[in-house]
Amino acid sequence: MGLTFASLIMTQQPAIFLGLMARSYSFISDVGLPDIWVMDAKVQFIYDIKPLQETELYRVRGISGVQWAMPLYKGLLKARLSDGTFQTCNVIGLDDTTLIGGPAVMLQGKLEDLRRSDAVIVDIDGAQDKLGKPPALPGGKSSPLKIGDDLELNDRRAIVVGIAKVTRTFQSQPVVYTTYSRAKSYAPKERKLLSFVLVKAKPGQDPAELSRRIRDITGLAAYTREGFKALTYEYFMNNTGIPINFGITITLGFIVGTAIAGQTFYNFTLENLRQFGVLKAMGASNLTLLRMILLQAALVGSIGYGLGVGLAALFGYSMRYTILAFKLPWQLLIFSGTGVALICVIAALISILKVIRLEPAIVFKG
Amino acid sequence: MKPAVHCRNIVKTYDTDGQKVTALNGVDLDIATGELMMLVGPSGCGKTTLISIIAGILDQDEGRCELFGEDFLAMSNRDKLNFRAINIGFVFQAYNLLPSLNAIENVSVPLIINGMKRGAAERKANDVLEQVGLGERVQALPSQLSGGQQQRVAIARALVHSPRLIVCDEPTSALDHKSGHNIMNLLKEVALHHDRVLVIVTHDARIFSFADRIAEMDDGHIVRVTDAAAILK
Repeated sequence: MGLTFASLIMTQQPAIFLGLMARSYSFISDVGLPDIWVMDAKVQFIYDIKPLQETELYRVRGISGVQWAMPLYKGLLKARLSDGTFQTCNVIGLDDTTLIGGPAVMLQGKLEDLRRSDAVIVDIDGAQDKLGKPPALPGGKSSPLKIGDDLELNDRRAIVVGIAKVTRTFQSQPVVYTTYSRAKSYAPKERKLLSFVLVKAKPGQDPAELSRRIRDITGLAAYTREGFKALTYEYFMNNTGIPINFGITITLGFIVGTAIAGQTFYNFTLENLRQFGVLKAMGASNLTLLRMILLQAALVGSIGYGLGVGLAALFGYSMRYTILAFKLPWQLLIFSGTGVALICVIAALISILKVIRLEPAIVFKG
Repeated sequence: MKPAVHCRNIVKTYDTDGQKVTALNGVDLDIATGELMMLVGPSGCGKTTLISIIAGILDQDEGRCELFGEDFLAMSNRDKLNFRAINIGFVFQAYNLLPSLNAIENVSVPLIINGMKRGAAERKANDVLEQVGLGERVQALPSQLSGGQQQRVAIARALVHSPRLIVCDEPTSALDHKSGHNIMNLLKEVALHHDRVLVIVTHDARIFSFADRIAEMDDGHIVRVTDAAAILK
């Protein structure tokens, strides 16, 4: 039970942690085409928008090795819903011509429909939940936003022309895609509105090398896709309490698991001390008894680990359509497996010490 | 010829809560091969300490105790373990069978400790269980056997690796009169050979008649060693 509990906690909690951390850079993962993201030199992570002047786009386009460079707007804007309430949305403005940076999976409508007047594409989770239309009658069910429905973004009309599937982001706000020029019209008036420049390297051009060149020439920050993900991940690791909170929970799981397993093993040893004494009297060496205890620990550990990992996987599966973040890569199974193995070794050691010190003469005591 | 068990001036003292308690105080004892020796005496007289020293599971503080010419104090731990595994069989008052193993597996344990493969060990264990009259119950767990049957399994376990010394601690005290006699008959018939020594610690006067000699102990000494026939007279 202790090992199952420890295994569950040491698998489930890191899986939620990894799910959350993956969400921190999920938008970068979703934008598949560009090799390099160019931004203001002070940007620390994907949500840290420090707009650039439009001229930066043309400077980047002029650098050798760049196949193409496209603008991307990303900002938080308030959408007014049909019942008059406001909902903050993550508005993404794509290059008007190429629509580069758009959602990879369209559930309804087509990406090209963004070229229609006042068109926006909304993510399915936002359409069904936070942007959903309020119930017609009090106490009724709200209905999801669908193609043809409209929103108001900064007093301007936006018509839904498509529903897309996007990976949930860290902010869990609805994602609204539109064109770059229309996004600028939705956004409050500012001198600079260009959030990122998306760059594709020419064939044969090393993206890392091109990033360095862009940085040197423009003075802007330029990261490969993986580099930008790492930057965002590092920011959340170093500047939020998330890793500490999850770390504490995982450590507690380890400690409680060790305590329960250690106590159970020790009780088992005490209950069977006479049997160990009999084996010692009959000539069984400490090494043989140690191997017996370790084998038992390995068997119990395997069962506990299997149950714990199974429960964690079941938990993740049952939560797959909810807002909960959950990511269970194979490396995590090794992590929790190592943790459980460590608990087994610690628990077994306590018993082994007792057995090694045991005098076989105990067998003749009443 | 040197006796199988040869103990001279054995002294053993325990430290209990800071107080020294002398369990054996200058014990001399010789036991010949082919002999069934009983150690008798009141509780706390040192019987259990003496058989523990004879069987090499406890070290004496002073004196010399040789078993088949070997002195345990002169052996390394590993040699002592190997010597015990090969030469000594144990029968306990509370049987001390491993509860999760069935009869045949329990009897196989000494052979497996001696390095025999499991299959061969179980075949030999089966033969010995048949010898002690439990050929039909080889698959039974200890909890499924009566007290007498469990003691038979324990005897089979003590015999299976053909040891030269069998040490029995109160082998009949948990059994009724008839079962006790059956167990003693079995020990005498199956366990006692001309080249083997049987040492039994007991309070049970009903089984004194099975002994060749009886050593009476009191207060850490052997006060008398007599032929059983003489005592019974």
